[in-house]
Amino acid sequence: MTKVRVSMEVNQQMRDAQIEPRMLLVSFLREELGLTGTHVGCETTNCGACTVLLDGRGVKSCTVLALQAEGKKVTTIEGIGTAENLNPIQLAFWEKHGLQCGFCTPGMILASYELLEAEPDPDEKVIREALSGNLCRCTGYVNIIKSVKYAAKLRKKGMRGLRKGAA
Amino acid sequence: MNPKSFEYHAPKSVAEASSLAEEYGMDAKFLAGGQSLIPLMKLRLLSPSHLIDLGRIPGLSYIRDEGNHLAIGAMERIAGIARSDLVRRQCPILSQCAHQIADPLVRNMGTIGGNLSHADPTNDMPAVMVAAGASIVVASGQGSRVIPAGDFFVDTFTTALKGTEVLVEVKIPIGPTRRGAYLKLERQAGDFGIVGVAAVLEMSSDGRCLAARIALTGVGPTVVKATRAEEILKGVELDKNTIDRASRAAAEEAQPSGDLRGSAEYKRAMVEVMTSRTIQAAARRRAER
Repeated sequence: MTKVRVSMEVNQQMRDAQIEPRMLLVSFLREELGLTGTHVGCETTNCGACTVLLDGRGVKSCTVLALQAEGKKVTTIEGIGTAENLNPIQLAFWEKHGLQCGFCTPGMILASYELLEAEPDPDEKVIREALSGNLCRCTGYVNIIKSVKYAAKLRKKGMRGLRKGAA
Repeated sequence: MNPKSFEYHAPKSVAEASSLAEEYGMDAKFLAGGQSLIPLMKLRLLSPSHLIDLGRIPGLSYIRDEGNHLAIGAMERIAGIARSDLVRRQCPILSQCAHQIADPLVRNMGTIGGNLSHADPTNDMPAVMVAAGASIVVASGQGSRVIPAGDFFVDTFTTALKGTEVLVEVKIPIGPTRRGAYLKLERQAGDFGIVGVAAVLEMSSDGRCLAARIALTGVGPTVVKATRAEEILKGVELDKNTIDRASRAAAEEAQPSGDLRGSAEYKRAMVEVMTSRTIQAAARRRAER
């Protein structure tokens, strides 16, 4: 099958490649670009481990063709913070034990990111609804809710790019 | 899990999409948001040799108040409909339905046009379109035509669309649909519904029901119109006895089949419960305004 060119902005960098049209966005990110922070979980549009932002909106990248992202902006977990410079949501998940095995965490954090951009001070009901497309089999969700609430607080204080300990 | 290989086409206009569909015939599928189609392709239940992506055609994503109806472009995302104040104000049944479809991430990609064209009997939008008396605008290279929602859903995964036609817009009447509700019984968050009921009521100022439209999700090969229930509600006061009788009639009209989400008997019983709740929710609408 003939390959086609795809180009998109990933984490504020223009990226392009020759791909098979059937390549999924998650495969493009992981296999073409080496961005393995986006996880492959169920592969059936259920679990949300593969959540990335497409033009600022959370999508399940196992159910999007890379070609559907042509010309758009993609943000992955690598794009919102680094180990030295954590995003407040990452810091909050750490601080409030919002993860155990960590497999669902990149998706949880990106879905939370979209929520907090739209709604800076969400209550529990709104958080649960916003994360209803992301499954976690460890935490029972209680600490995830706490983490998102804490992240909202950190963001409100203008805390961006903090290291744990510096908070 | 990858789809089988296919050739990808990204037309820039509806006419171009239509002529590609004509050229490739049964070997081609239109791609809207992909939230139904891509999972089917990954499971290899569908393996089109040509995929015609409607995502790069400009001007197909909008929600407009056109006076007596809302006009919604086919590529409008379900999330856009769920977020819209205009929809919530003018057509609450549609807003309520959009919020109940899949999960927020799927709603960010899924489109109203894709949802309707896919015609899955467990998709929520078709029942709402039928109950709301919506019109569906389809176009090809040869022009466009309008299909009443009641005639659009022909069978499981089958609509009145011809192979070269693209669904481009949905028109939903405004006034009469204000008093509408859509309720869905779900086994788990984000799953398809077990049973869904859409009801739109037209009420007189003294509280009588002048007309009712009721459509059911998930209990037949396609949307089921509960016409006997509608007749029971017509021209009478909506007391408990009337609502009970109409709900029983709707349950009898349902054509459920048993599957992992429940037996046929269970689904039929749930149609009765959900119809009663939906009629009551719709009747309460005006009071809430």
